[in-house]
Amino acid sequence: MNLTLKIWRQKGPQDKGKMVDYKVSDISEHMSFLEMMDVLNEQLVNSGEEPVAFDHDCREGICGMCSLHINGEAHGPDRGITTCQLHMRMFKDGDTITIEPWRAKAFPVIKDLVVDRSAFERIQQAGGYISVNTSGNTQDANSIPISKHAADEAMDAAACIGCGACVASCKNSSAMLFVGAKVSQFALLPQGQVEATDRVKNMVAQMDLEGFGNCTNTGACEVECPKGITLENIARMNRELFKASLIKF
Amino acid sequence: MSVLDSKVPEGPIKDKWTNYKDKINLVNPANKRHIDIIVVGTGLAGGSAAATLAELGYNVKAFAYQDSPRRAHSIAAQGGINAAKNYMGDGDSTYRLFYDTVKGGDYRSREANVYRLAEVSSNIIDQCVAQGVPFARDYGGLLDNRSFGGVLVSRTFYAKGQTGQQLLLGCYSAMNRQIARGKIEMHNRHEMLDVVKIDGKARGIIARNLITGEIERHSAHAVVIATGGYGNVYFLSTNAMGSNATAAWKIHKKGAFFANPCFTQIHPTCIPRSGDYQSKLTLMSESLRNDGRIWVPAKLEDAKAIQEGRLKPTELAEEDRDYYLERRYPAFGNLVPRDVASRAAKERCDAGYGVNATGEAVYLDFAAAIERYGKVQAKIQGISNPSKEKITELGEAIVEEKYGNLFQMYEKIVDENPYKTPMMIYPATHYTMGGVWVDYNLMTTVPGLYCIGEANFSDHGANRLGASALMQGLADGYFVLPYTIGDYLADDIRTGVIPTDTKEFDEVEKEVKDKIDFFINNNGTKSVDYFHKRLGKVMWDKVGMSRNEKGLKEAMAEIKQIREEFWKEVKVPGSANEMNPELEKAGRVADFLELGELFAKDALVREESCGGHFREESVELDGEQKGEAKRNDKDFAFVSAWEYKGEPADAVLHKEQLEFKDIELKQRSYK
Repeated sequence: MNLTLKIWRQKGPQDKGKMVDYKVSDISEHMSFLEMMDVLNEQLVNSGEEPVAFDHDCREGICGMCSLHINGEAHGPDRGITTCQLHMRMFKDGDTITIEPWRAKAFPVIKDLVVDRSAFERIQQAGGYISVNTSGNTQDANSIPISKHAADEAMDAAACIGCGACVASCKNSSAMLFVGAKVSQFALLPQGQVEATDRVKNMVAQMDLEGFGNCTNTGACEVECPKGITLENIARMNRELFKASLIKF
Repeated sequence: MSVLDSKVPEGPIKDKWTNYKDKINLVNPANKRHIDIIVVGTGLAGGSAAATLAELGYNVKAFAYQDSPRRAHSIAAQGGINAAKNYMGDGDSTYRLFYDTVKGGDYRSREANVYRLAEVSSNIIDQCVAQGVPFARDYGGLLDNRSFGGVLVSRTFYAKGQTGQQLLLGCYSAMNRQIARGKIEMHNRHEMLDVVKIDGKARGIIARNLITGEIERHSAHAVVIATGGYGNVYFLSTNAMGSNATAAWKIHKKGAFFANPCFTQIHPTCIPRSGDYQSKLTLMSESLRNDGRIWVPAKLEDAKAIQEGRLKPTELAEEDRDYYLERRYPAFGNLVPRDVASRAAKERCDAGYGVNATGEAVYLDFAAAIERYGKVQAKIQGISNPSKEKITELGEAIVEEKYGNLFQMYEKIVDENPYKTPMMIYPATHYTMGGVWVDYNLMTTVPGLYCIGEANFSDHGANRLGASALMQGLADGYFVLPYTIGDYLADDIRTGVIPTDTKEFDEVEKEVKDKIDFFINNNGTKSVDYFHKRLGKVMWDKVGMSRNEKGLKEAMAEIKQIREEFWKEVKVPGSANEMNPELEKAGRVADFLELGELFAKDALVREESCGGHFREESVELDGEQKGEAKRNDKDFAFVSAWEYKGEPADAVLHKEQLEFKDIELKQRSYK
């Protein structure tokens, strides 16, 4: 198929940036979206132009590196996938495809389609862990039975890949689905209880500090999340935060 | 003393590690804060090492080319992690895990290292659970296990089909705690481009900031390389696009020996290639072989009809199918080790029995498992005389619970529903057992330079068993390196901060900058990928699943040729002082073009078949094992460790003779 691509080009953080049109031809429907981008870049390199910078790595939907707002949707027009898992069979010959970076104040553009997601790092550093040192003397893994339901639910929350689609999809650029997922994973497990109060308070405070917006329960994040993280996690985070506000220490 | 002193402690194998730990030098807590350690790579090995070293009190500087440690390619590991917990009560033990790993590796790994790995394996599970890793559990709340290829027990712990992700997020959370405390200085979007040696010791690195293009100097008292394997030398592999061998290759050029490069794992269950534009191959976890049955049509005419799209696999009667693994290896069936399963698939496809348009695919069928689980579920739910549809429905629900994300991944890529029609799979490059040579302390031949995880060579011999990579990465990082590195650093407590304004840093930085300037100014005519793809084709065709003398000699000559063309013709657009992905790739491919030739040379020298290395000249000619790989213990029970001498063809071979005191060397039979 032959396609017209409208792509956001931006030299660097200080550059204003603009949309630029490109044409690609003979695209196979079996290609992934990023393989289509490879074709474009090979074409640009061969004609002496600078290729389009975009983040990508594992290309199997798990590293969370790839982003891209495609035709106004995070990770493009399919559900439960990342951009690297989007296939060209979702498009048809003659289509015009708009490709933009994540748009959020807390995710400034580095170059073209690459954004800076280090705000997520700082939120995790604020409390996204259980304080246990490596020693070889931790108790036997089976000494605390954990109900299968809690373990499965914790796993579902832990499936978050930190890609930022939730933020990019939210009209408020809220990171609550991301933070809610991490808070939930630990809130559901006995190992996470000891630090539960501090964790939720510190992570939420850092989230606010980074300039992410608030949640107004629109649910766009849940729809676009490639890993199916549910809004329940935001509700759980709010409950945890409320609970924490009632505890003195 | 030989240059290749493995430094394996004396004494019975069961006591070596304990005795070693009792006798090594320690650095007292007050002194640790005066010692810096650089860790390059933040996957399971690097991440666990960085976190643990920081917890101990060292100042850690960690480097990752991605925008976060959480994105390292360990995250893509699906199936699980082995540990000799014997929770299932099926006869597992440290010795059995050790034995399985040595046997699975076709007797080309170092016994003492493997025993230590098995010994610390159960601590890993305890540690990860304490960190909040949500492993799968049964209804009683205890941890669940599954089984993997090449073993007869269930010892694999898992978190759905995302075990690597969960373990890495565990390490990442431990790192985050130390980053917050200032004990880890994290450098994301940085790539190490060379190591700096002072008085023969590794004392720092030169790194490029991938956002600004700035070349930076970082010093430390020791440097740890944890940058994974070199599978991308094939261009197409299950590695991430950015996975590269540059750090490992650069230290090789600065004196670290490179061991067994020809030991590379071709994983049997990957999604087949669909076209020339293909950028990577996707693995379907080996755990699928627990329940999936592998087959091709028994008759050539049926295979042809399927290839041409005239026949559907579901239309083929049971007796017209060849479950070739169950036929050839009745004891292990579909759970033979990876190398055996891969070669068997290639053998059938080469004979014309492949099942897609390219003829390079076999089926992995879940129909029998769905029926089996469906019947069990019907019984549990008290449904008498369930209909066939009801059984299928119940069975599919169980299969979805076990492998749902894998099935979804497959459907998104191939656009076929694997619950209803068998998956198509074909072998692809997955893991490299070879790597930087290290001694028992995980130190390379350069003092103060360590190498851990997939990047080193030590534990998997000529073939790695499933679910053992995660185990090794975490064993090295959490439980081995933090001890062994202390023994070395005990001499450095009075050294003080290593300055970076020295001639040693000047020289290496200049080498790095010169190379970058060369790429930017070369004005060639061909893209980096053009050369990478050509290299990959030579590697796959002549240094792939099956190798022979003629092909390997040709490969060496062809790779040299491609390398020469690369330096003349490569074109890198953009500038050095900005984010420039083409420039990053150019440096990596330049290293692959050298590594590939050494790889072929190593394969040429090893005139035996063992594990993932199959030489057509070395097969069993008769008896029960006719046609199977023939190992030659008399002449080849050694590790080949290559010393860099300029051109890869001139590399000098050093041998570490392997001694098997606790395991009898035997023909590896899975019949």
